[in-house]
Amino acid sequence: MLFEALRLAVQAIFHNALRSALTVLGVVIGVASVIAMVTVGRGSAEQVSADVEKLGTNVVIVVPGQGSMRGGPNATTAPAFSLRDNDAVEDRIPAVAVSAPISQTRDRVIFGNENRLTDVVGTDNRYFQAARWEVASGRLFDAGEIQSGRAVCIIGQTVRQSLFGSGEPVGATIRVGAMSCRVIGLLQSKGASTFGADQDDFVILPLATFQRRIAGNADVQSLYVSVREDASIDAAREEIVALMRERRGIGPDGEDDFEALDTRQFASMLTGITDVMTGLLSAVAAVSLLVGGIGIMNIMLVSVTERTREIGIRLAIGARARDVLTQFLVEAIILSMLGGIVGILLGLGLGFAGARMLAVPFSPDPGIVLLSFGFSVFVGIVFGFFPARRAAQLDPIEALRHE
Amino acid sequence: MADPPVIELRGITRVYGSGDIAVRALDGIDLTVRAGEFIAIMGPSGSGKSTAMNVIGCLDTPTSGHYRFMGVEVAGLSRDQRALLRRHYIGFVFQGYNLLPRNTALQNVELPLIYRGRPRADRRKAALAALARVGLEERAHHDPGELSGGQQQRVAIARALVGEPKIVLADEPTGNLDTKTSAGIMEILKQLNREAGLTIVMVTHEEDMARHADRLIWMVDGRIERDGPSGDAV
Repeated sequence: MLFEALRLAVQAIFHNALRSALTVLGVVIGVASVIAMVTVGRGSAEQVSADVEKLGTNVVIVVPGQGSMRGGPNATTAPAFSLRDNDAVEDRIPAVAVSAPISQTRDRVIFGNENRLTDVVGTDNRYFQAARWEVASGRLFDAGEIQSGRAVCIIGQTVRQSLFGSGEPVGATIRVGAMSCRVIGLLQSKGASTFGADQDDFVILPLATFQRRIAGNADVQSLYVSVREDASIDAAREEIVALMRERRGIGPDGEDDFEALDTRQFASMLTGITDVMTGLLSAVAAVSLLVGGIGIMNIMLVSVTERTREIGIRLAIGARARDVLTQFLVEAIILSMLGGIVGILLGLGLGFAGARMLAVPFSPDPGIVLLSFGFSVFVGIVFGFFPARRAAQLDPIEALRHE
Repeated sequence: MADPPVIELRGITRVYGSGDIAVRALDGIDLTVRAGEFIAIMGPSGSGKSTAMNVIGCLDTPTSGHYRFMGVEVAGLSRDQRALLRRHYIGFVFQGYNLLPRNTALQNVELPLIYRGRPRADRRKAALAALARVGLEERAHHDPGELSGGQQQRVAIARALVGEPKIVLADEPTGNLDTKTSAGIMEILKQLNREAGLTIVMVTHEEDMARHADRLIWMVDGRIERDGPSGDAV
């Protein structure tokens, strides 16, 4: 009997193939968007983790304010650090290998007729060590340049490409904002980061030069701390927090007015953004599934009306209400399920394309695939029930008279 | 005494609506149908013959009175119980054939057996045998659209008798057919009645058709006016 209902359902669905296809479009779109979203989301998360691994698992970034990375409330009101804060972290915490002071802004760099808006960073040689930058040509800063804040700079590959093409930048003089400085070094390329940000798009000045000539203050905006390989990163982070609390005069009951994030936390913060996006888009997909379900209900009602006479014949021959109910419910479920299957395939295809485009791994989630399939069946049951019950409750005499 | 009658109606009424606008479609019917009988019900339109057929076929329930089917009171049965009764004991032949489109003759004839849960091979065999009895076995794989009216009605007859019912109810079975084809259909019904002992109740408004039956019921205004051998027909 159930097999018979399946046969009838398939027959009815394919007899009206175009109508069936249009009917399940809502379910197809809903399921496809969920699958595509989750697939790309997971791929991005994996990519973030991989990138952060590359960054080094032993890095702690210290920034003033709480939640500043997420644009928190006192991100800008908390006082900045100083060079002495940075040096204290490096000197007084044995677990710290090296700590680099960082200040940065965005400004225009000009050479000849070429110019580019880029990140202008003030730091010293410790940054290259902590963040593992290598020189491609030229050299790093010397002690005198750092000490007295000379007008020299080291540029990334993207800036070089922009201003010099394939020419040699070392020895040239470029403008950085309102100052001119001599290029003394060119860094090796690191390529794009997870979200497509170009890591090679920057110009580095000695910290003192940046503070005096660009920023006009003695602030250090963040500390880039590299922890020794053999030391515990959590312990090091706690020591950094304790030291900074002391230096910033925060009492035992006071709240931190800065944050120290290790790379794991950094990664989870970045993937957190992806999760929010995935959640939002999944909500849109759920609405689409609801609309799809209503579409199925609508077309099943039409189908019941069209087949009233057939229902009458079946009832006269001895079909019980539940036999007719089963027949139409199975049809709705099969319809919705086919939509789900097409949606899953389409979603995986879109997810694959999306992953390719964003250059992240293709990482479908079998759980979500199963869940989507189950949900499409569920939609069929819920929205198929009302039309099926209407069919089952037809009066056989009336139904047989129906033209 | 022998077996109880197939059908026993006592004081059956069927009233549509209520109060002043109530219509008494059946106004106290007494009727006994014994196994092997071939009965024709005639009467002007509005005389209640279709309503009587619906009640006898358990498609409708009487407003009052007793209806015993093979000795069992069915007037108070539920909708699903009546469906099961039809499934196992009653075959229908309609004026408009009422075959399922997009299904072959064979699939149409198999339909009642599907609801009985008979296995596929068994079902197929019985359906082919039923088609053979109406002389249509070579048309088994044609859709209704590819068959003539007479052939479609023969498929419908095969469908009615495939489950070996206690009774076949035929509602204007020749209403849509020309005289010659009608005669062919009546021959088949008569043959099934004579040779297989099939009990048949047929509604018709054509005297020529009614003459094939053994017994004629004449209805007027929801009552049985005359009940006797078909030879007595007007």
